Amino acid sequence: MRPVVWVPADAAAVAAGADEVAAAFAAAGATVRRNGSRGMLWLEPLVEIETPAGRIGYAACTPEEVAAVLEGSRESIGLVEAHPWLTYQDRVTFARVGRIEPADLTAYQLHGGLLGLRRALTLDPAAVVAEVTASGLRGRGGAGFPTGVKWETVRTAAGEVKFVCANADEGDSGTFADRMLIEGDPLSLIEGMTIAAYAVGAHEGFVYVRSEYPHAIAALRRAIAVATDAGILGASVLGSGFAFTLEVRVGAGAYICGEETSMLDSLEGKRGEVRAKPPIPALQGLFGAPTIVNNVLSLATVPMILADGGAAYAARGIGRSRGTQVFQLAGNIARGGVVEVPFGVPLRTLVEDWGGGTRSGRPVKALQVGGPLGAYVPATQLDLVAGYEELAAAGAMLGHGGIVVFDDTMDAAAMARFAMEFCAKESCGKCTPCRIGSTRGVEVIDRIRVGPPESRAAEVELLQDLCLTMERGSLCAMGGLTPLPVRSALTHFPEDFGGSR
Amino acid sequence: MPGSSAAPPTAPPASRADRVRALATDRLTLRGPLLPILHAVMDEFGWIAEEDLPIIADVLNLSRADVHGVVTFYHDFRRTPPPAHRVQICRGEACQAVGAQGLYEAATDRFADDTTIEVAEVFCLGNCALGPSGTIDGHLLGRLTLDRIDAAAAGWSR
Repeated sequence: MRPVVWVPADAAAVAAGADEVAAAFAAAGATVRRNGSRGMLWLEPLVEIETPAGRIGYAACTPEEVAAVLEGSRESIGLVEAHPWLTYQDRVTFARVGRIEPADLTAYQLHGGLLGLRRALTLDPAAVVAEVTASGLRGRGGAGFPTGVKWETVRTAAGEVKFVCANADEGDSGTFADRMLIEGDPLSLIEGMTIAAYAVGAHEGFVYVRSEYPHAIAALRRAIAVATDAGILGASVLGSGFAFTLEVRVGAGAYICGEETSMLDSLEGKRGEVRAKPPIPALQGLFGAPTIVNNVLSLATVPMILADGGAAYAARGIGRSRGTQVFQLAGNIARGGVVEVPFGVPLRTLVEDWGGGTRSGRPVKALQVGGPLGAYVPATQLDLVAGYEELAAAGAMLGHGGIVVFDDTMDAAAMARFAMEFCAKESCGKCTPCRIGSTRGVEVIDRIRVGPPESRAAEVELLQDLCLTMERGSLCAMGGLTPLPVRSALTHFPEDFGGSR
Repeated sequence: MPGSSAAPPTAPPASRADRVRALATDRLTLRGPLLPILHAVMDEFGWIAEEDLPIIADVLNLSRADVHGVVTFYHDFRRTPPPAHRVQICRGEACQAVGAQGLYEAATDRFADDTTIEVAEVFCLGNCALGPSGTIDGHLLGRLTLDRIDAAAAGWSR
């Protein structure tokens, strides 16, 4: 019998040589299946061979090792699903990622797919929204707004035409969960968007994917074609008579288009400039129509909530952070990847137990949590627990769940300067505090770093004043939150700015 | 390009202007068609020329300034022909945590005098656990080093 070999087609695995490994297995006569990644990215390409006992993993496989893997003479990591990195997780949103081929509808349904949509279609739309509200799900894009409340606003808004938009413009450095979900289990996003559309009475949906994610774009387009052929999308969703179609739109390299109103303008074919709110997109969104804009992970979690009930999801987590969070371990980390666990996990557990500390082996100096607009958390605060309010209370931000680890060679002042530089480069330019403030921020940090010591105190005061102006006066989170990494770097690591503790 | 090899050899080649007009017209039924049109022009020609703008504006019944404004807003829309080879290096925080800044500066210096190779910064390729990340001629790579870029460049005719 031909051996069955799983080789991830995830972009991170492909970057590590997975395509060449897959081709070598095919040439050696194996049946090759291309799954998503298990999320143990430091082991990629992680090849799995099917056995009666389950799938046995071979880490960091090269084309030269194919024969040895097939003979069983190469060292394995044992049963992949028994690996402690996975067994200690509670995978809800990522339940299928890595286990199935992304466009395999049969496997999708064998692993619980479509149960949520089928149940939703038997319910009144208001009851669907109520289930999502009961789950306590909050927007996973970073803002943490209650998803059910947003949906209810769109559901009750007047309008013949409404839209559902998935924000897959995952531009934050240190975050890659949207990409991995779309590449590994795109049908769950499609199912979640279809449930959202049914709940609010929308018949058209868009997924706005950043151009930096070509593998995700291809995987999603394939899955939409499969779903359309199977009648999951189209004029009558699963024979219900409810119509919903879905289209992929590709971004064009502008970070700001991950901001929801900027994304809407980009979808409309305009410059991706931020809109003033109100009106909120739920009432006047895409082309002025009531619009759901949700992050990929929020939407992909909805099928499970409808299948198992909102209470099952809400049973996980702490405080007002219900359910699970897909954490992404990135930067200078020994074992980087995706960890999905209920809220409330200490940062130390993520970084040390799952992550194994720094890749360099040096001490951790800081984490940047929540993307480029998130705070630098010093190593002394590793015992903070991950929840929206819990991190906010410490002056930090959960954001999209990305954790970037830095070792003790990090220059916090250089990173603060980079935060301002990034803002200057990626600002949409609509509001002055962000457009001008970011450039002035680079200049003042330069003067603090290399200017005369006697003027340092005055320059720091100026920087604090500038941060306040940006925070209070900016139209969106880009200008409003850039002060977060800057101030936290200054607060926790004044010595990097030429000051003393 | 899809279909281009199927064209009969005797057919006169379509002018760029004709092709741009066709690419735009083909997408007129889309909602908000301008970005898909610009992507289509990029996919076919590799860049967006000044003379493309009035054609697209005409098809969409927009002002030329509107189209110019959109083209110049987005980093992806090149307004000069692409170089023979392109290296992108991520300068996002996660990649900077593993030395991307130094790699970016070294690679920029290395090919500063070579007009056939462009070294560009990019902010996040979504490969943040295996940085420094980059692309070489569009192929995503992790744990990128200057040696790896040099090895690729050694195979390029210059």
